[in-house]
Amino acid sequence: MNVLVFILLSLLKVAVVTVIFLTAVAYTVLLERKLVGRIQNRWGPSRVGPFGLLQPLADGIKLFLKEDLMPDEVARPLFILAPIIALSCALISIGVIPFGENIRWHGVDMFQIADLNIGLLVILGVTSIGVYGIALSGWSSNNKYSLLGSLRSTAQMISYELALGLSVIGVVLRTGSLRLRDIVNVQNTHGILSWNIFGGLQLIAFFIYLTAAFAETNRTPFDLPEAESELTAGYHTEYSSMKFAMFFMAEYANMINVGCVATLLFLGGWSSPFGNLLPALGGPVMQALLPVFWFVAKVFCFLFLYVWVRGTLPRFRYDQLMGFGWKFLLPLAIANVMVSSLALAFRG
Amino acid sequence: MHLALFIIFGLMCLGGAANLLLQRHPINSALSLIVVMSSLAVLYLLLGAEFLALAQIIVYSGAIMVLFVFVIMLLNAGEEERTHGSRAAYLAGIPGVMALFAVLTSTFFTLRTSFGSARLGGFLVTTEDLSRVLFRNLLLPFEVASILILVAILGAVVLAGKER
Repeated sequence: MNVLVFILLSLLKVAVVTVIFLTAVAYTVLLERKLVGRIQNRWGPSRVGPFGLLQPLADGIKLFLKEDLMPDEVARPLFILAPIIALSCALISIGVIPFGENIRWHGVDMFQIADLNIGLLVILGVTSIGVYGIALSGWSSNNKYSLLGSLRSTAQMISYELALGLSVIGVVLRTGSLRLRDIVNVQNTHGILSWNIFGGLQLIAFFIYLTAAFAETNRTPFDLPEAESELTAGYHTEYSSMKFAMFFMAEYANMINVGCVATLLFLGGWSSPFGNLLPALGGPVMQALLPVFWFVAKVFCFLFLYVWVRGTLPRFRYDQLMGFGWKFLLPLAIANVMVSSLALAFRG
Repeated sequence: MHLALFIIFGLMCLGGAANLLLQRHPINSALSLIVVMSSLAVLYLLLGAEFLALAQIIVYSGAIMVLFVFVIMLLNAGEEERTHGSRAAYLAGIPGVMALFAVLTSTFFTLRTSFGSARLGGFLVTTEDLSRVLFRNLLLPFEVASILILVAILGAVVLAGKER
């Protein structure tokens, strides 16, 4: 294998995935505004471009051209470092996520940037580092709303990380591997029936993962860190221009990451819901791209669910949030681990 | 390649540790400790212990240090004053540290042949290997350690509940 070709193709792959990912982040914002608009019986953004499709571009230009304000009494290095940590942690996770079958071209995996033995752990680790972005932003801003927002967010993320980590154990037990490709390969034999959520009997784990993921990404009904009626904007109150945009992008990038991980772990990844019932249509290119289509479709459904929940549910109270996490989700997750491992030990 | 990475992250680890002691603000010290923990994780990875490396990141850099930072933020600890320290510490401390360093170095050099060696990179301890050792050969120590942690948790709960 030619080393130069390998390096060039890998760089190209990283560039393409990053560009697609950032575009997806921008259009997730538009999707949310449009859908919440329709849920609230209004149009949402509709002026820039056809159906408001160029709105993300306009928003980006606006944020880029805004004046970058920095208050006097902030802890400068940390104030600048915080949004960088938040965004880079959100962008790293996409590097280990496989989008399609393992198809090699010049020895380079086409649909995954890095295939790691411990891909699942890498995602959990990067998520746990991402907390610092929010914690430091609130502390360095020297503003009580920011500090309260980031304290709430940190406490919430620590509490729900436990349930999140325990909820994926059932899936790992069934697969016997932490490699994301192995986790999907176990699920793609009989279509929807062998997905972990049904065939692996991980419906409860999926519920736990879903709830914990909503809390981890600070989304409604767990968006207390930025409860605008109490804390103005929470941890990013003092941020403006691109620094604010970086937090904003990190939040939506995390939503997409969580959607990708949920798809891989519970919804069969890139495998078709019909299994082998569908005839193999088209040529090899079509056969390579069809799994990517299924993957994107599943992630889209997940993002739709995110927005739907935001348009439907009210916000939790803080003690309810903590009680729900520690007294309900965590015991349920432990029980799920025990039942899953007993079932697996009994079966084989 | 492996050696270069080892040197870079080893220096980063030492630099972080020195910065941890020199910084006057608790939050900067806590952040340096995170750098130390994370570069240790990279060193584990270089030695082929992939699960240990990620466990180090998730548990130490991710969970324990977040709690440290959280407490510092919650107490809003300010900058510490730099003190000169006691005379006794200077008189006894510096020779003591030097003597300890000398003893350790001489012991290390005399026993160098019997330590065996660890290679950088080139091999991998997979999670399966690790769990096989942990849950078959070392099952009793593992369970004893888990009971120890359980006792510590109960102790923390009792101590925290006493105030009310």
